[in-house]
This record gives sequence, C-alpha cells and structure tokens, in this order.
Amino acid sequence: LYSHKKVGWKPADIISTVEFNHSGELLATGDKGGRVVIFQQELESKNQPQCRGEYNVYSTFQSHEPEFDYLKSLEIEEKINKIRWLPQKNAAQFLLSTNDKTIKLWKISERDKRPEGYNLKEEDGRYRDPTTVTTLRVPVFQPMDLMVEASPRRVFANAHTYHINSISVNSDCETYLSADDLRINLWNLEITDRSFNIVDIKPVNMEELTEVITAAEFHPNQCNTFVYSSSKGTIRLCDMRASALCDQHSKLFEEPEDPSNRSFFSEIISSISDVKFSHSGRYMMTRDYLSVKIWDLNMESRPVETYQVHEYLRSKLCSLYENDCIFDKFECCWNGNDSVVMTGSYNNFFRMFDRGYRQDVTLEASRESSKPRSVLKPRKVCTGGKRKKDEISVDSLDFNKKILHTAWHPQDNIIAVATTNNLYIFQDKL
Amino acid sequence: MFPKGTKRKFSDSGDEPAAGGEDVNQPSSVAVRMLSSYSLQRQSLLDMSLIKLQLCHMLVEPNLCRSVLIANTVRQIQEEMTQDGTWQIMTQALSAANAAAQCSADRLVATEVLCRQTEATQGEQVLKPFPAVGSEGCPAEEEVVVEEEGEGGVTMSTVSPQAPTSYLPGTFGMDPCWEEENGEDEEEDEDSEECGSGSEEGDSDRLVEDSRTAEQVFGTFEIKNPAPSPDPALEELFSDVDASYYDLDTVLTGMQSAPKMGPYDLLESLSSHGPSPLSSSTSCRSDLNELDHIMEIIVGS
Repeated sequence: LYSHKKVGWKPADIISTVEFNHSGELLATGDKGGRVVIFQQELESKNQPQCRGEYNVYSTFQSHEPEFDYLKSLEIEEKINKIRWLPQKNAAQFLLSTNDKTIKLWKISERDKRPEGYNLKEEDGRYRDPTTVTTLRVPVFQPMDLMVEASPRRVFANAHTYHINSISVNSDCETYLSADDLRINLWNLEITDRSFNIVDIKPVNMEELTEVITAAEFHPNQCNTFVYSSSKGTIRLCDMRASALCDQHSKLFEEPEDPSNRSFFSEIISSISDVKFSHSGRYMMTRDYLSVKIWDLNMESRPVETYQVHEYLRSKLCSLYENDCIFDKFECCWNGNDSVVMTGSYNNFFRMFDRGYRQDVTLEASRESSKPRSVLKPRKVCTGGKRKKDEISVDSLDFNKKILHTAWHPQDNIIAVATTNNLYIFQDKL
Repeated sequence: MFPKGTKRKFSDSGDEPAAGGEDVNQPSSVAVRMLSSYSLQRQSLLDMSLIKLQLCHMLVEPNLCRSVLIANTVRQIQEEMTQDGTWQIMTQALSAANAAAQCSADRLVATEVLCRQTEATQGEQVLKPFPAVGSEGCPAEEEVVVEEEGEGGVTMSTVSPQAPTSYLPGTFGMDPCWEEENGEDEEEDEDSEECGSGSEEGDSDRLVEDSRTAEQVFGTFEIKNPAPSPDPALEELFSDVDASYYDLDTVLTGMQSAPKMGPYDLLESLSSHGPSPLSSSTSCRSDLNELDHIMEIIVGS
C-alpha cells in the first residue's frame, strides 16, 4: 500500500535535486532559485501507529545567489545542481550544496534553549546601568521554541571553469570530490583555498573535444576509489593510490554497441546521465536515455542487468532531438538493500525495477491520479495496436512533465519524487 | 506532443531504410527513391543540428555536454556523406554556384570564421558554404544531383544560388563555440595540482577576440536579411527560436523571393552582383528608372 503527502511550491521554484540524509530522518531539496528546503520526518506517534512519520518543513535557507562573471559577461546561475549530506558526527547536521561554480558547506543546527538572567542585560537586551546592580546571579538556560539555523561554514570557490555536475563525499569523511564537464577536483572539507585536480580530460586543442564528464561518485567503502561517467557511455573506475592525476583509469566499463540499433542518435542516447554505487559497493548503476544498467565492478565488458525505462521512445528519437528532450538528464537510485532501483520518465511517470523478482512497475506522481492516503495505481503505456482502457498512448505523453530527480530512504520504503515544481513523498504502509 | 517543427518531422519509424530494393521487378526506382528520401532526412537532421549549434552561440553559457553531442552528430553525418560521395557533390556544386553568383562578402567572411580552425589543422579540401538543398520543397533538385554523379559535374540549374545557405562547419568548425566559453583556460592549465583562487584571472584579450568571433558567427545566420552591422533587431531575431524555425522552413521550401524586404535588403540587392529581382529582364533605361524610384522610397521624398 502507498500513501503520499504532497508539498506544493510556487511555479517558479523548479526542484533541481533531492537527497535523503544518512539516517533518512531529513530530506533536502534544492531548487532553481538557489534555495534549500529541508524536511524532517516526524516521530512515530502512538496515536497513529500505522502511519510512519510524515515529513514536514524543518529549515529553509538561501544557499546560492545569482552571480555575474564580469570577465565573460555571463551570469552564473544560482540553481542548486546537487546536495550531499555528510555523515552525522555531533548534534548538528552538515550538507554540501553546489551550483555551477561554487560548493558550500552548510551547518544546520537546532536551538531549543537560551540563556536568561544576565546581570548586565535586561531581558529585552538593553544594558543595565552597572551601578544599579546590587546582587549577582548565574544565568540559566531556559527552554524556548525550537529554532533551526543554517549557517555557511565553508565556501569552495574558483576551482571550476566548467559547470559542476557532481559532488561526492568520501567514506573517510574528510575529503570530497567535485566534477565538472572536463575536470574532477579533490577537496579537504576543512580547506577552501586549495583543491587537487585528479582527473582532467580537457584536450590540448579544444577542437578535438568529443567527450565530457557527466557524473562522478566515490565508492561507499573504499576511500581511494571513485568512478566517473562520460557522454560516450563509458564509466571509468579510478584508484587514487595509483597516481596523483587519475587520467589513467583502473577499469573501463563499456557495453559494445548493438549494430542493429545504430542510428545518428546512438551516441546521444548512450550518454550517461547518472551513476550510483550500490550500498554494498559491489555494483554500480548507470542511467542513459532509454535504460538503466547494473554493472558488477568485477566485469567491465558489459552490464549484468539492463532495464528498459521507456523503450517506446526509441522510434521517436528524432522528434525528441528536435525538442531537446533527448538531452534530459535523468537520475536513478537504489533502495536500502539494493534489491530495487528507481528512475524517472515523462508524463510524471517513474519506474521501479525489482532485481530479485524481475518485476517492474510504472507509477505516476500527480495530484489528479492519486488522492492522499490511497494506493498508487500502476500505469501502462500503450505502444501500438489497440489501446486498452487506462492505458496511455505514446503520442499523448506530456514531455514537459518529466521526473528527473528521485530519492529512496536509506532504510525504509519511503521515496521522494520531484516533478517540475512539486515534491511527492510516498510511503509503504504495512 | 511536439509544438514546433512537426511538419518537418523526420520519418520517425526507422532511421535507415534498406538501400537496396527488395522487389526484383522495380529495383532501381524504389532504391533511388528510398535513397533520396534517406538523404533528405539526413540533410534535414544536419540542418537541425547546425541550427542548434548556432543557437548555442547565442546563449549565455551553453551547455557543453549538449554542444559536444550535437557537434558529434554533425560530424557523423558529414563522415557518412563523405563516404557516399554526397559531400563532394555538394561542395563542387556550391563552388560552381559561388563562382557564378559572386556571393557577397558577408557569406565568405562567415565561412572563413567557421573554417579557420580547420584550415590550420587539415590539409584537406577547403570547406565552402552550400545551399540547404533538400527537404520537402526541392526533392527534384536532390535527385538530379544524385543521378548526375557519374557525369562528373552538376549544372547550375540544379542548385539555386539564391537559396539561403546553411553552413557546414566541417569536422572542427564549431569550435569557436567552445573557444568563446573557455577563454580563461590558458592560465589554469599550468598548475594541475592546485587550482586555487587564481584560476579566473583576466583575459581581456580573449574577450575582445571572442566578441569579434561571436559577431562573425552571428553573421553566419544573417543569410536572408543581411544587415550592415549587428543591431538590437538582430538580437531579437536570434532570441526567438520560433522565428528561426519558421525561417528555415521558408528557406527549405525553396522560396526564391525574400519574404521581408527592408530598406537594407533593397540596397543589398542593388549593390550585389548576384541575380536580383531588378536586373536581367529589364533594359538599362528601366533599370535607372527603377533605381530612381527606389531611391525615392528610401529617401522618403
């Protein structure tokens, strides 16, 4: 069973990234306006034991502002491309958020008490005349309404010429990587004025450029290992112990092209839009335009599993090229025990693939198709011939309604699905 | 489903029809038809890609991944056209057309911008602009070109010199796009270890060069309405994607006369050496009369 809670937004606030923290208690979203909104899961209440805690707004802050690059006469968008949480070390929470050029480390902390009973200050903050003080007292902490504060602790700037597409925190919790179209940099979380370049695929002659970096991620357990994907459908695994500059990969993952499907669009649809390690660290998943592929890190020659997301679009590639939809960058995610993977599609559809049972389902995130607390109905796209009742034909799909960003709770069956400017949270009710 | 360009839609069901006809009874005509249909579709895809790349130039900070993918597509098409000989025919036809029509300096300059990288890096044939032959409007012309391949020459009549051109950048021609964006790279390459706050240092030289490049590349799009200098109206033309698609449509359907003739166009057609609506069929005397008449309109007296 599924129930959902929908959170509404202003039309201008297009969601650009969604990410659960490591416990799943917090869910962060970033939007085109540079804002970060964090939701917190309510504690399970004894009154409604069947309802796992719902997510409510916990904190909102402006992470990035638009900037102007005076040298190039270009505006730098404030849109948040990625958010990544740091593992929690103390009472405060930390996350990294990035736009095209600058990464920021934010500290989110709670304040639920404040000191009262100062000797030299009145309660309203005015200073007392010292001569009127006749007795001394020790200030005490009194409870107050919960206040959540977000403060920028580090700003990592001026290290990327091209647009940042990925950030990934290392398992050592001391370093993280940031990747743009042509380079990957390694940072220490404490040091903002210096970063190390670990991958550089910029050709000496820019005219020879034919391939860019599309995504990068650190291995969840091995702090020396990371992968990056390319616009030509390849994934490179690199070991930082091998050399300072990881231009030589340790492994190259690439599936040979199917000659029967060859067209002028083959390269574009092979471009990888997202790469994610499984929680176990044994597999990685890649998303290209039409499919999701699972790779065993021990086998470079081809993926171990391939799932078709919307194969019915293969015959529409020229139209999708014309209206630029073919360049849409879909993300993908694993569930907590790596048994199910999820990714988005068009018409506000999203897909889940159960690796064990070899089943898949198409669901829709929309107000019209599902009421709160009701079960989500599986959807089906009719690819040809007679259209059955409740099926949708390919030509009636709305390509402006795309689900690019999805996230899965690290332990429970709770998912967050972002349509253009709405966030849907679905829960598995037992 | 797709708001624009549906009338120019590629045949979406299958990209590459078999080159050889299955029917033994009519092998050649079916094959030629399918082949030219494929060529038209391929040409249409090429034009679409070039438009997308040119629009790249006009955006503030183009998406590098998208630009690279489109440029690779253009390259693939060009390679295939080179292999099946279509490319050589196009360039030969165009050089003949150019020689006879004496294209205005604008076009040559624009081509020069697109080609300048390649001339340095490639010793091969020099690229020339060529008309956007093909698509719904001119199937007859396309077929003629294909069939005359063996005869080693293409007559002028098959190629309309006045048809607005789409510029084929060749293998590396679209690089000005990337050069513009990434002008500040020079400093950053030196220090691969530490890229600190100094990576975006001034490169004002680069900026000046980029604006000039940008202007000239903008000039490549100024096919139908050549203007003496870029002006705000131009920016408006470029920023409207709809208009550009519409323009390409009218272009591809082979409309001979320019639909919009502003004062600049009149001046251009008067001064150009190319065929103009006013010349050839009229005598000298009527030419002068026409000239006077037009000057009156322009001057407004």
